[in-house]
Amino acid sequence: MGFDQYHEPPEELPAATRTFARLCASLTEEAEAIGWYQQRIAVEQDPEALAIMRDAQGEEFKHFSMDLEFLLRRTPEWREIARGVLFQAGDIVEHGEASEAAAASGGGESSPEPGTAPGSAGSLGIGNLREAGR
Amino acid sequence: MNHLLRGLAPISDAGWRVLDEEARVRLTSALAARRLVDFYGPSGWDRSATNLGRVVPLGRDGVRAMQRRVLPLVELRAEFELSLEELRGVDRGAEDADLQPLDEAAHRIAVGENVTVFHGFAEAAMAGIVDSSPHPPFALGDSADAFPVPVAGAVEHLLSSGVSGPYALALGGEQYRRVAQTAEHGGYPLLEHLRRILEGPIVWAPGLAGAVVVSLRGGDFLFDCGSDLSLGYLRHDAERVVLYIEESFSFRVATPEAAVALTAQT
Repeated sequence: MGFDQYHEPPEELPAATRTFARLCASLTEEAEAIGWYQQRIAVEQDPEALAIMRDAQGEEFKHFSMDLEFLLRRTPEWREIARGVLFQAGDIVEHGEASEAAAASGGGESSPEPGTAPGSAGSLGIGNLREAGR
Repeated sequence: MNHLLRGLAPISDAGWRVLDEEARVRLTSALAARRLVDFYGPSGWDRSATNLGRVVPLGRDGVRAMQRRVLPLVELRAEFELSLEELRGVDRGAEDADLQPLDEAAHRIAVGENVTVFHGFAEAAMAGIVDSSPHPPFALGDSADAFPVPVAGAVEHLLSSGVSGPYALALGGEQYRRVAQTAEHGGYPLLEHLRRILEGPIVWAPGLAGAVVVSLRGGDFLFDCGSDLSLGYLRHDAERVVLYIEESFSFRVATPEAAVALTAQT
């Protein structure tokens, strides 16, 4: 078993950071799978095989989306930037630049607050305690 | 700068870090309800209401009119005042700064959240876990040694009602103290005995009157967090700064049957 998602000694990382890294790795794997299925579908001639691969790719869309939503919920600054980019009509690059600038200038919910890590927006980051209590 | 206005406070980055950490530690130990319910969010300060999926019919000629029902989020805030001299001490490396007002505010808002989840907030149209339960409450009795009997009774009652586990036991401050003291007196540890019955945790729940056994299977108790607990700035003068801890949320009981209350009265 490999632990390639860690770039720092895992025993030095907080549990929340290890979870975050696992989901980042999962997000990458789902994106790769989506790309692989896209290529296979482009060249496959058998309709039955095509239907199976389209169904399988749909699963990867779902997995990717769930991974992304989890990561955005745990990262307010990322969420704020994504809010200005995702599901917006118009120029993607313009939206990206504007969203990033808004977050950096303190215009958004995720603006760095004095004494806090960038993106934490002053929240104490307590969130869900259910797992810790079980 | 966001609505917390932290950038206007006469507090250094190091000072904010100490205050945030102190608040985090104090809050985490007292936020019992969050250990038991389904937590959604945080969705941000601009989230105002939870979708209930229901409508209210309206009168309008010629068409069928309905209006969506929502549950507005409540904002809880606990203000506190700190000495600027103490905060200057923090900047110099003092490790014994007097942060008692922050500690007390953290406890107040944690209790406020617990009370809302366990006993409801009538003015905000939110029902609590204990008050919603349709099951007859079990009496805890005077002696903590006897607590396993009503707790086992509550678990059996949930099982027979089709509510699966694992289960958790939330104990009000007085009840938790009695259990902890009993566990210290030797013999089979009471806390361990209760955990075996529940197959889940026992949590200290300041603000809860009595105790309650709840299912942790999920989907029964829904906490919708807008802005999670945060420290913000209100005002200051030459000697003191007024800060606050704030959050916004709604709470719903989806399955009232998933909890059994345990009353302190015999």
